[in-house]
Amino acid sequence: MLLRRSFWVLILALLSCSMLTLPVQAQSLPDEQHQMTDDFAAVLHKLPKAKFSEKSSLIEQIADQKHAKSEAVLEAMLEARLFYRKSDKIIVFADKVDAGYHIVDVLSDEDYGEIGKRKVKKVSVNNSLRRELKSLIARFQLESEDIEKRTQAIQNIIKSPDPVFAASVARAIDVEQDSAVRQQLLTAQAAVRLVSDDTDKESKIAAIVLLGEVTDKNAIALLAPLVEQKEDGTYVETDEDIRVAAQVSLKKLHEREGMYSIVENLFFGVSLGSVLLLAAVGLAITFGVMGVINMAHGEMIMLGAYTTYVVQLVMPNHIGASLIVAIPAAFLVSGTMGVIIERTVIRHLYGRPLETLLATFGLSLVLQQLVRTIFSPLNRSVITPEWMSGSWHVNGMLSLTYNRLYIIIFSLLVLGGLVLLMRRTFFGLQMRAVTQNRPMASSMGIRTGWVDALTFGLGSGIAGIAGVALSQLTNVGPNLGQAYIIDSFLVVVFGGVGNLFGTFFAAMSLGIANKFFEPLVGAVLAKILILVFIILFIQRRPRGLFAIKGRFVED
Amino acid sequence: MKNGLINTLLKDDKASQRFILILMAVSILVPILNLLVPESWPIHVSTYTVTLLGKYLCFALLALAVDLIWGYCGILSLGHGAFFALGGYAMGMYLMRQIGDRGVYGNPELPDFMVFLNWQELPWYWYGFDNFGFAMLMVLLVPGLLAFVFGWFAFRSRVTGVYLSIITQAMTYALMLAFFRNEMGFGGNNGLTDFKDILGFDLQSDYTRCTLFFLTALSLALAYLACIGIVKSKLGRVLVAIRDAESRTRFMGYRVEHYKLFVFVFSAVLAGIAGAFYVPQVGIINPGEFTPINSIEIIIWVAIGGRGTLYGAVIGAILVNYGKTWFTGAFPELWLFMLGGLFVVATIYLPQGIKGLFDKWQSRQNTATPTAGA
Amino acid sequence: MQEHSVESLAEKSILYMSGVSKSFDGFKAINNLSLFIKPGELRAIIGPNGAGKTTMMDLITGKLTPDTGEIYFRHDIDLTKHDEADIANLGIGRKFQKPTVIESLTVFENLELALQGKRGVFESLLFKLDTEGKQRIEEVFDIIGLGAKSAHAAGSLAHGEKQRLEIGVLLVQNPDLLLVDEPAAGMTDEETEQLSNLLKRIQGDHSVVVVEHDMEFIRSLDTEVTVLHEGSVLAGGTLEQVQQNERVVEVYLGR
Repeated sequence: MLLRRSFWVLILALLSCSMLTLPVQAQSLPDEQHQMTDDFAAVLHKLPKAKFSEKSSLIEQIADQKHAKSEAVLEAMLEARLFYRKSDKIIVFADKVDAGYHIVDVLSDEDYGEIGKRKVKKVSVNNSLRRELKSLIARFQLESEDIEKRTQAIQNIIKSPDPVFAASVARAIDVEQDSAVRQQLLTAQAAVRLVSDDTDKESKIAAIVLLGEVTDKNAIALLAPLVEQKEDGTYVETDEDIRVAAQVSLKKLHEREGMYSIVENLFFGVSLGSVLLLAAVGLAITFGVMGVINMAHGEMIMLGAYTTYVVQLVMPNHIGASLIVAIPAAFLVSGTMGVIIERTVIRHLYGRPLETLLATFGLSLVLQQLVRTIFSPLNRSVITPEWMSGSWHVNGMLSLTYNRLYIIIFSLLVLGGLVLLMRRTFFGLQMRAVTQNRPMASSMGIRTGWVDALTFGLGSGIAGIAGVALSQLTNVGPNLGQAYIIDSFLVVVFGGVGNLFGTFFAAMSLGIANKFFEPLVGAVLAKILILVFIILFIQRRPRGLFAIKGRFVED
Repeated sequence: MKNGLINTLLKDDKASQRFILILMAVSILVPILNLLVPESWPIHVSTYTVTLLGKYLCFALLALAVDLIWGYCGILSLGHGAFFALGGYAMGMYLMRQIGDRGVYGNPELPDFMVFLNWQELPWYWYGFDNFGFAMLMVLLVPGLLAFVFGWFAFRSRVTGVYLSIITQAMTYALMLAFFRNEMGFGGNNGLTDFKDILGFDLQSDYTRCTLFFLTALSLALAYLACIGIVKSKLGRVLVAIRDAESRTRFMGYRVEHYKLFVFVFSAVLAGIAGAFYVPQVGIINPGEFTPINSIEIIIWVAIGGRGTLYGAVIGAILVNYGKTWFTGAFPELWLFMLGGLFVVATIYLPQGIKGLFDKWQSRQNTATPTAGA
Repeated sequence: MQEHSVESLAEKSILYMSGVSKSFDGFKAINNLSLFIKPGELRAIIGPNGAGKTTMMDLITGKLTPDTGEIYFRHDIDLTKHDEADIANLGIGRKFQKPTVIESLTVFENLELALQGKRGVFESLLFKLDTEGKQRIEEVFDIIGLGAKSAHAAGSLAHGEKQRLEIGVLLVQNPDLLLVDEPAAGMTDEETEQLSNLLKRIQGDHSVVVVEHDMEFIRSLDTEVTVLHEGSVLAGGTLEQVQQNERVVEVYLGR
């Protein structure tokens, strides 16, 4: 209730703002506002009795008044939702329900509840009126104060242009202040001109040329019919000049599209690379720094993802914030599990990497079953907060989804943080000391046991963080970790064990390579090819891309 | 002559003698108890049990193959599940061709799944699989050749230890992805199944089942003898030398990569044979057999039984799989806890597996007896 | 010594290294090293940590290949073109710094594996120990002792015994050249003395290169000494001579 009221207060505020700025109502005052509503009501009242020819001028008045309800009324009319109550001729919005209609007063928003079919009548429209309505609604949107709304309206016109929009678009071009939006309007105008029959040849060609310059996939769809061939080999478009112009423009558009699809693939590749990086970077520590083959690494990722799920259960009203809370929570959960595993199992197996492989594989089975027992063998759904969904429309040919965008940034932050931790902190120093010369570190008073445990905890904790990110991309289920463990190992080995930069480079190059192969050979074959490539690569350079060389590196 | 060879192999090896004896006894007794003893008798062995035991023996053969390279040569291959599956697929392709026009679609030329995918003709790599001899040759050749090519590159480049494990796992994973694809022509997701008969014998009949069981046991015994032969020769000692100190062995003048390659290929062929016996008994082969987890599970059979003792691997395979059958029947949700726990316990507390536990118990008995007498 | 022409040195030497360099990531472990070992000679090589002693061994035995320079064995075999197994079969034996024997095999089996003969996979499968081989092993037992422990697992031996077994493993191969890396490390005085006698006994039949830190041990060998520093030869001569060399003193005592 409260929410609803504040919503209307907001609308009112916006409305008053808009009235202050729009030239037509530059000196709007409360009185005039009342006056306006009265006028609006008067026009509405005329609707039930009006003939089609009169309605045409009425709807124009409705539009011109720019009343808060103008657009809604016009749209309702177009959608055949605008009715009047027979008893008192009050205009209402009506939605079909079982027995009749559910009606709401247009002006007062008063809810009259459900009413029988026969007690209301539709404000009828014919085809010519429908066209006018469309044009007016478009005009309304095109001249809206909200730039988003304007842009959206323009996009809709470009997507499905119709000659009825011509006047509205032309009007909007005259008043539009924002140059970028104006540019889009010109595109829309070209699109509209292209489809209307009464455009002359020169304007049509000009429109085609203009469309060839824009960065918009819709332009391709608009121009494609012009170069289509019929079955008998003749062209649909008979005029050769137009055809040639369309071909030239299409060629330009396709080139541009090709370029942006490379950019897009690159983006997909980098985002896949970021996922790989997140999954592998924890392993780069446990495997690369400590020499432990942690087959339960995937399950650490899984635990992180489940932590996200639990955090969302705990704070269902703050989904947006839950993801932020989940990051430290997942780090703690997986990290603690890592410390426990190190103290109970790994500790006994240092220097025997193959045995760590087996023991941790056993742990991975136990953890999977544990999650199955606690949560269920089915996938759990983790909600994507609003700020993660949707995409960033860079232009008409390129849009980047926010979740991937955030994951790229996130993975870089994690890597950066880790590098800082290793290089700039005392713990990092101890960690490096222990891994390079254990007896010496120990004799200098470093508690090597705890450094081991914390290092393993760190690697596991980062895997948990990766789980938070992955919960936004894939299903959260007991087998989540299994899907990433092999890839993670390959990334670490490919990059060169013990080298974080190598891990970064390997993750990115494998991600990008995968995404560039995919369109060529399909996703599965791409993956197989990458695997084969890595197998061959390790034969050539058993120590990976950025191997540490020298006499201290021995088996 | 052959007896002479076996005698020399098993001389002074009580455990192996006992093992072969038990195996031969089982291979003869079980079919008798199934075929000749009436069902009402308590000692009758059901056909279901025969098949189950046959499956265990296939796994035992697989474990033997893994033990030979891991226990003796220190190569931890995570690709033996793949060699097993390849042998299985070769056998499956033969069995598929034997179905002929008795499939659901009744196409005499194409297996059902190809008809379903609208394929017009048999892919070239299916040629010859209607011939039993050719198919059996492929059972040996396909895993052997893959192991040869893979091993040739890997061992020559001195990919060792963990790195080798990781790339064999990558190989297995890649094969799994490949066999899941319908376009590969191996039945995709569903694999090969609905087999009817083998060499004209009905696969469902008790006699065929018992014969398959007997042959599995026999090939396990033969493989065991072959492995013993390798292990007890100087070749076996070179393998151990490679496991214990690879560079020492090199500086003794041995071409480590040749030895590794030989034993890797031999082991892969054994795994392929195991797969070929497995498929007619369980009646299906699908890409699930390539799952990397399967390959790791084999390692645990060997570890539980005791690596580096061939019969230990066999015992481990049979025990763990019996445990799996029992647990998944009685407490399905507990099985993974059990298996996972076994991994951990075996690696930390039982480096020698059950065999080591038994040895310890025996030596304690030996030292305890005189003290008790005194 | 410097007066001899290079050719004649190469011809007379069993091992000839000239202008050999090897670097790791820009660090020059071996820098323009030249070294000549005569047949039957016992040569001691000393040098501070990081002087490149182990890298030199790796280069000779084919574990590493030099960036530049030549290494010839018996004046006509280019060692840079062969791998470890080849080089071992050519007649160069190497003892590691850390005693490395096959721990799970018995002492006898360790020696048996090292016996000269065909090294192929199938030869090994069909191998049968002949009387000649047995004799050779007995001979080596005479040199290194350990005959009583013939059937013991090599892993159960004491440190010094392992050292001796490893030298035995080299001797069974009957190599022309033995490379021995820090044999005295971790040995008792008595064991060290035994070892020094052993090495002196086998010189003449075999050429021996010993890398060592322990000055007492070097003194007991009583042979020509080469001092290695920063990957190249710093000085050479008898132990007394090099101990009086100013630069050697400087390197060893520091500034």
